[in-house]
Amino acid sequence: MTAAAPQPGLAGYNFAYLDEQTKRMIRRAILKAVAIPGYQVPFASREMPLSYGWGTGGVQLTAALIGPDDVLKVIDQGADDTTNAVSIRKFFATTTGVATTTRTAAATLIQTRHRIPETPLADGQIMVFQVPIPEPLRWLERREVESRRMHALEDYGVMYVKLYEDIVRHGKIATAYDYPVMVNQRYVMAPSPIPKFDNPKLDRSPALMLFGAGREKRIYALPPYTAVKSLDFEDHPFEVQSWSQACALCGATDSYLDEIITDDRGGRMFVCSDTDHCRQRTTAEGNSR
Amino acid sequence: MPACPIAPTDAPPTDAAPVAPQPGLARPVLDSQRVFRAVLRAMSRPGVPVALPVLPPAPLPLTPATVALCLTLADFETPLWLDRAATTPAALAHLRFHCGCPIVTDPAAALFAVIGDGSTVPPLNAFAPGEPDYPDRSATLVVQVAGFGTGPRRMLHGPGIETSQALAVSGLSDGFWAAWRDNTARYPLGVDVVLASPDALVGLPRTVQIH
Repeated sequence: MTAAAPQPGLAGYNFAYLDEQTKRMIRRAILKAVAIPGYQVPFASREMPLSYGWGTGGVQLTAALIGPDDVLKVIDQGADDTTNAVSIRKFFATTTGVATTTRTAAATLIQTRHRIPETPLADGQIMVFQVPIPEPLRWLERREVESRRMHALEDYGVMYVKLYEDIVRHGKIATAYDYPVMVNQRYVMAPSPIPKFDNPKLDRSPALMLFGAGREKRIYALPPYTAVKSLDFEDHPFEVQSWSQACALCGATDSYLDEIITDDRGGRMFVCSDTDHCRQRTTAEGNSR
Repeated sequence: MPACPIAPTDAPPTDAAPVAPQPGLARPVLDSQRVFRAVLRAMSRPGVPVALPVLPPAPLPLTPATVALCLTLADFETPLWLDRAATTPAALAHLRFHCGCPIVTDPAAALFAVIGDGSTVPPLNAFAPGEPDYPDRSATLVVQVAGFGTGPRRMLHGPGIETSQALAVSGLSDGFWAAWRDNTARYPLGVDVVLASPDALVGLPRTVQIH
């Protein structure tokens, strides 16, 4: 056999690991997901070389999307340097040879577990979310046939009842993450377990948002500039978390903060969950001094 | 077999020897990735023409853009329907060889459809609009048009469009837009359309409203 033109990636494997027929199947599902914002498209999720629950849905989306011109960023709870982010970034660096980055602004493709970067996203960027439970109605209606029919009939009363019961019991809507949203005034969608702090970033974002659930075999999408409304009531409007502290490292008061326990005597500090955002700010301050 | 409105240049006009397909994508893995990203861009930014980065050989009357899209997305899982203008021995041989897709004569059975001549688009409700529980089980139509930027201007609204998006298409029947309104009225059911000039695509997902 004559030597073909060299293809980037890992010898013995196809570019980006998946075979071409699988990529076509995923690509068709992505296009239908974009055409019906917020609707969960079933797809034939494959076994991947990592366990369900570790981002197999996101990895399959990224594998179907990624090309040699892409610059990939992978975050886990906002951080570029945690286990899940490091191993997925390494997986794609190995199987595609593409450039990777930790800088949000430099990335064309951002795979994320449970955060949206603080740096505003731009037109042309694609976010890939790892989703454990794609069905927002699943905790209220366990039967797939029924929840699917409820989406078909736009029958979302039970979701509002759940939020109302929260208010009765706790005086406020207690859901802090995976906070349900209404997409394009039609489908109720689970935004994946991002904190509700990130929900406003979904609304009319210039970036394309894709959601992949590997174990549950669903793909869904938010095209750019799509109306995304967090469910609420007129007298109990949607609110995001806020903190009395600033980030202990960069001093940010407008970012999502993680609480870090520093000793066993009650010591703690609050730092930005988005490590890139924090680093950009500390570097900028250092430069200005 | 119906007469071909446009005689394929590289094939005998009638039932002679089988037609040999032309080459497909030069680098199938990398080229189909780039074509897919162009299609995805077109579908997520409706009304904005997206130039195709790869233009493979195309047997008439198919254009390079149509062939690039079919070779990237169609396979044995996706029944394909061709209108009369696109049904030529060369086109059939090319798509059968490279995609391996079933060619169907019933438009309602197709997941992809190629409309060779945008000036005579068949009724959109002849194609599968999906089911209430599964609106994704719907057809995607590739409609070949002459080009973008000239012709009557329409204003597009909907997801993927920041405020409004102007679109002018030449070589598209006037009746298409009336049919498109009916298509959007049954949302979330409906078909999705990709308008294909010889070298660029415009996506029209079913969410696009025309004013």
